[in-house]
Amino acid sequence: MSLFERLKQGLTRTAQQIAERFDELVTGSDAPERRTRTIDPDTLEGLEEVLLMADVGVAASRRIVEAVGARQRRGESLRQLVHDEILRVLRDADGRPMAAPPPGTPRVVLIVGVNGTGKTTTVGKLANQMKRDGLKPLICAADTFRAAAVDQLQIWADRAGVDIVRAREGADPAAVVFDALTAGRARGRDVILVDTAGRLHTRANLMQELDKIRRVAAREASGAPHDTLLVLDATVGQNALAQAREFMAVAGVTGIVLTKLDGTAKGGMAVAIAHELHLPIRYVGVGEGIDDLLPFKPAEYVDALFQEKW
Amino acid sequence: MFDQLSQRLQDVFQSIRGEARLSEGTVENALREIRMALLEADVNLKVVQAFVDRVRDRAMDQAVLKSLTPSQQVVKIVRDELLGLFGDAKGGLVETSARPRVILMLGLQGSGKTTTTGKLAKWLAKQGHHPIVVSTDVRRPAAIQQLAVVAEKAGVRVHDPAGQMDPVRRAAGALTEARAVGNDVVIVDTAGRLHIDDELMQELAAIKQAVGPSDLLYVADAMTGQDAIKSAGEFNRQIGVTGVVLSKADGDARGGAALSVVSVVGVPIAFVGSGERLEDLEPFHADRFVSRLLGMGDVLSLIERAEEAIDVGDAERLEQKIRKGGFTLEDFRDQLRTLKKMGPLESILGMLPGMGSMKQLAEQKPDERQLRRVEAIINSMTPEERRYADILDGSRRKRIARGSGTAVEDVNRLLKQFGEMQRMLKVVGQMTGEPIAAPPRKKKKSPFSLMR
Repeated sequence: MSLFERLKQGLTRTAQQIAERFDELVTGSDAPERRTRTIDPDTLEGLEEVLLMADVGVAASRRIVEAVGARQRRGESLRQLVHDEILRVLRDADGRPMAAPPPGTPRVVLIVGVNGTGKTTTVGKLANQMKRDGLKPLICAADTFRAAAVDQLQIWADRAGVDIVRAREGADPAAVVFDALTAGRARGRDVILVDTAGRLHTRANLMQELDKIRRVAAREASGAPHDTLLVLDATVGQNALAQAREFMAVAGVTGIVLTKLDGTAKGGMAVAIAHELHLPIRYVGVGEGIDDLLPFKPAEYVDALFQEKW
Repeated sequence: MFDQLSQRLQDVFQSIRGEARLSEGTVENALREIRMALLEADVNLKVVQAFVDRVRDRAMDQAVLKSLTPSQQVVKIVRDELLGLFGDAKGGLVETSARPRVILMLGLQGSGKTTTTGKLAKWLAKQGHHPIVVSTDVRRPAAIQQLAVVAEKAGVRVHDPAGQMDPVRRAAGALTEARAVGNDVVIVDTAGRLHIDDELMQELAAIKQAVGPSDLLYVADAMTGQDAIKSAGEFNRQIGVTGVVLSKADGDARGGAALSVVSVVGVPIAFVGSGERLEDLEPFHADRFVSRLLGMGDVLSLIERAEEAIDVGDAERLEQKIRKGGFTLEDFRDQLRTLKKMGPLESILGMLPGMGSMKQLAEQKPDERQLRRVEAIINSMTPEERRYADILDGSRRKRIARGSGTAVEDVNRLLKQFGEMQRMLKVVGQMTGEPIAAPPRKKKKSPFSLMR
């Protein structure tokens, strides 16, 4: 199955939810005789509603609606205008160059997020994908807090055929990261994937623990962590912005993994995050299987979103 | 954007509070702000629209507009209508004659079912019940193990037949064991599933069929967005839901989605999970929730937490000490520990009235590390030093700083603060002291009075 098809399959359910309302809106506005007129306020209001229902959030929805409303139409369809505008928001956030580790040093990737978003599962999927791409990853189990988290990760590591550095429950996560970096260098690994414990971004003390992990990593490997991915649950609402902002400030997040897109949630807050924080989405999770993690492509995301019905 | 719903609403009301008379335009402005605030708190759009319409109807009444306190009237209307969204359902579990009582936990992946199962077991045990828990999550790696660990921490029995990987049999087995052993509550944890996953929803129906639960608790993440009513609605339609547990409510999400679930799906909120510890689960109180939402504080919950954490005997002993001016560093450390027992500092502060509107405080997050450091300093003292802080000279302070991994300045600062506190307490002790006619009230000392 092609990437596009898989994404589309995950998104069809997403799509159907607000499909009818959107269809209603654009069909009226895209009638041949109205195509050259500016879009009327009622349609714009309806559009904002649809976007809000998709968790796109107040600010980003307003930007999209205003941009669309300001367009002098010369026969373009409303569908296309909305499509282009969302794509623009997503593209604006993309293209940040990633820090590269010096030669001979493994690339350190930190996986962070609030509780229950799918960090451990994402680490398993990422490890599998990297290995398939010919890299030599090592998994570091730095979630020493949640009961049985390490065992859960061990099972994923076994599935992916990647080895894992772990410690007993309750150990200092920074110490496990230190061990993993040492082991990674000794075993000649390219990537070290660090799974961290879920923490609410409002917990100052837990966020400081994350900072300590970063300090230890930076001391042991120049420029580390080279990548910090924030795992966000697609069902989450506007709180995603608060999460992203806080994790950016403390953990220097460089990108987002959007998980659980196989449900009915639209993951629209990813657009809000791209709009407000210019944080790119890097991967999307679309299922519980080990292969259900795809690199994010803005155009394909919006395309899939706009297939037939929306 | 970081503003919470309560903050937003407070700002709105602040802006109309100054006006003697409300014009329709002002109310319209306030309503627009309320709409935005609710949307940003993830309240479902349909709910928001209906809500705003109802508030408008009532607020535009001439009697309100021309009353002497129009803005307070609007606040009251908003509060009433918010409460109205919750119906008159009470939190906690409803009475049932079923023995054993069977509770089935439902929800999406990662909503916090397993953790909530542990918390609920602990809560029930505290109420004098004897729960047994069972995991039927044979899908997520190590999920069964996670529940076993959580159950052990909660000190409750767990049904875990090795090698039995059939969810329905596991659940039924727990019921049999409960009957044999005499457990009066069975909590069945289930695998997280999407409401559109037919196969898994059927499995859930089979489990339900096998154990006949009286309670079906849907665990909803407080951070969920607009999709919440859809998933909760589907679970309710296909399996049936008797109550919602709002998890992860200790973050800055205001649980607007939960509000939508209640009003659209029509299921009451039973419990709220608000922290990482097993004790962090409390029955839901709509009035308190609304007060918190509106920034009116939640003193009742605060008092309850304090009562749970503070030993009455200890409090009385402390009161005596304060009266006599014999408050030592040891007592101070006990107070710190009590404070920690009450839960995360931020969630405690959030319950204080007006805290939401104090912006400078919101930015200056309370640092629990600071508390730990203070405790470490006191721990590094000898018992004698703790009792008689006067003997702490330079060389002792240096030793303590080394022992606690802090700097001498930290030790000095603590001792200075402690000295001030002692002086203050002496004054308080004398004021409330002996020659008052009535016997001293057995009032529980709040640790806050000592922290100031």
